[in-house]
Formats: sequence, C-alpha cells, structure tokens
Amino acid sequence: MSTTHKLQIVFWLLLLGFLAWDFNTSDPVNVRNEPPLVAAGSGQASSGGHCSMAQ
Amino acid sequence: MKRLPLALVLSAFFIFLALEVSIRQAVLMLVGVGMGAALAGARFGFTTGWRQLIEQRDPQGVTGQVLLLALASLAALPLLGQFSELQAALGPPSVSLLVGAFVFGLTMQIADGCGSGSLYKAGLGVPLNMGILPLFALGSFLGSVHLDFWLSLGQIAPVSLSQEFGSSGALGVTLALLAVLMLAVRWWVGTGQTWVDKRWLWGAVALAVLATLNLLLAGQPWGVVYGLGLWAAKVAVATGSFDPTVSAFWSQAGNAQRLTQTVFMDVTTVTNIGILGGALWVSATASSSGKALTTQQWAIGLAAGFVMGYSSRLAFGCNIGAMLSGISTGSLHGWLWLPLAFAGTLIGVRVRRHFQF
Repeated sequence: MSTTHKLQIVFWLLLLGFLAWDFNTSDPVNVRNEPPLVAAGSGQASSGGHCSMAQ
Repeated sequence: MKRLPLALVLSAFFIFLALEVSIRQAVLMLVGVGMGAALAGARFGFTTGWRQLIEQRDPQGVTGQVLLLALASLAALPLLGQFSELQAALGPPSVSLLVGAFVFGLTMQIADGCGSGSLYKAGLGVPLNMGILPLFALGSFLGSVHLDFWLSLGQIAPVSLSQEFGSSGALGVTLALLAVLMLAVRWWVGTGQTWVDKRWLWGAVALAVLATLNLLLAGQPWGVVYGLGLWAAKVAVATGSFDPTVSAFWSQAGNAQRLTQTVFMDVTTVTNIGILGGALWVSATASSSGKALTTQQWAIGLAAGFVMGYSSRLAFGCNIGAMLSGISTGSLHGWLWLPLAFAGTLIGVRVRRHFQF
C-alpha cells in the first residue's frame, strides 16, 4: 500500500470520525420540522449559513 | 476504492440523511456528489485556469469559467426575481473583502487549489490538499472570529445589482461585464490561441446546472467556506478552547444555533461532503498521483492553506461563494473579489515558481 493510500485512509477515517462524533453530541434533529425539499416557491426564506454572510 | 462499494456507501449515506436529517439535505448531498464529479472529472480548477492564462497565455480555462459565470447568472438572476424565498450571496464591500480576496488569490496558487479545488483534490487523494483541508477549516474559523475587527476598518452595506437595476438590468450588466472580461483576455493572449476545450466546456455546463439546483433546493447559492469554518468552530467549542458568546460572528442567532445542531443540517456541509464523495468516485478510475513534495514545499503549502482559509472568510467567500455565487446572483462584492484575487494570483504564481512547486 502506497503512502498516498495510507494518507487517504487516515483522511477519510478522521472525517467520518468527526461526522459521527458531531451527530452523536449535537442536539437531536427534529425530523418533523424538516425544511421543504425545494426552497423556491415554498414560502419559507432560506436561513442557512453562507460564506458571503458578514454576521 | 472501487466504484460499486463506493456507490453503496454513498447510497447508504443518502438514506441516512433522508431518514435522520431531512430529504432536502440528502438531495443536496447528491448535488454535491455531482459537483465533485464534475470538478474532478473535468479537472475544473479555477486556480489552474488563472495560472495557465498568466504563464502560458492559454485562455481555455478562463473561457470555461466565464461560461460558467454566464450560464449561472442566466439562471440565478431571473430565479431570484421570481422567488422571494431565494437569497443572493451578498457580501459587504469592505477593507476586509479587498485584503481577503488579494491574499486568497495569492495563497490559492501556492496551495494549488481554491476552496472547491482543495475539496475535490482532497477527494481525489492528492496528499497536499488532504493536509490542507483541516488547516483551511481552522483558518476559516479564525477568520470568522476576527471578522468584526476587519469589518471595523471600513465597510458599506452589500450592493445588489438586482435591487439597483432589476433582474433584467442586473443580468444585462453582468453579461456585459463578462464580455469586457473576455475582451481583456483576448487582448492578453493575442491571436492564434485555442479558446474552447471540451473538458472545460462540459464542466462549466454541469457546474452551472448543479449550482442552480443548489439555489432552488437550498434557497441560497452554492458555498464552500462556511461549512469548513463551522466544523472547526464546533471542535473549538467542544474542546473548551472557544466561547462563542464573546464572538460577534458566532453569537449571532443563526450561527449560534448551527453550533448546537449537527453539521448535517448545514447546507454547505452536505454539499462539501458530497464534493469529496464525488471526487472520490472519479478517483476510482483516474490517477491523482503528482510529484512528491519536499519538506519545505509541504510546510509552505500547508501554511498557504491555513492563510487561504483565513482570507476566504475575510473575503466573504472563495471562488465559489464570492466569485461564482456572488457574481451570478448580482452581488457587487463578487465583482470586487475577482480583480483583487487575480492581482494576488499574479504574485502567487511567482511565489509558486520560486519554491518550484
């Protein structure tokens, strides 16, 4: 196995570990309050975070 | 990893998101997979396109990028006029933006990848970009913590071309400015150049379609940087090294709430994961091996990645969040970002050459 492949495995394990940790320690998701599949025309303004936000 | 097991893993992740988070986030993850596959499959590198224009007077990459900007604008600006739920990528013209865009343009050449470039190359398995990604996230987080200081140096309210000129007027202004850009490129490269490459062409069309889908589904344009900064912020909070209540940025209601939620509820996070997955999919049949780097090159590349993350937060986005999403949704900040980042790149390509990357 090449060094690159070993690095790839470490990278993905760290990422998956972070995501699993985050999901288990964050507030539970209220699946009954999920956003509309398509925001356009839903009547609900987007409230997600974006890089262009100053606040 | 072979494609079949990878497809099964991505399918399982899709089902997990649909059942445990929301169907929208699951579909957005698939949009991200498409973005990653398009970026990696077409090798649609913003950094490379700029470098080829400067060093080889090769306009093919920039032509592809301008086509992407034009197609995305043709879709996004009318949609923003039609649906009030959709948000434009409006960043404030500010000292922060000017400094951030310049430094970002410089460092992205050293790191050989912008925000989306670092993501898809990490997905492809390029060692330097895999190392850069966590440092980019850390830099982006620190940039957000310091953002109020940078904004105190001077800013004006975000300017929307749609609000100034209406949707049609904004589209006309945007396309006219893109035409001016192509004239400048034509002046620089001279005659006898090949302008269109199939790879850049299909990449531009695919990314424009996927960026439009992102806007329609999420209600906000495609972004990369916010999600990465959020990941680092969550780790910083969990380790007790950061108190979000004393941060002007992270104490804002929306940001504070996202710190308590799983990152799977964040739009930019799920598309970022999708991009990594899509690029990994492409890597199953494409070689990503490059030349081995020296210790000095590793150190400089990683440092550049950290500064790139920091400056992307100051610049209100990278090539995706500020340039593509800013310009295509009629934000003046996108048009300020572009020349400043290009000016930084003019220095960045020389630094890159100096260290023999």
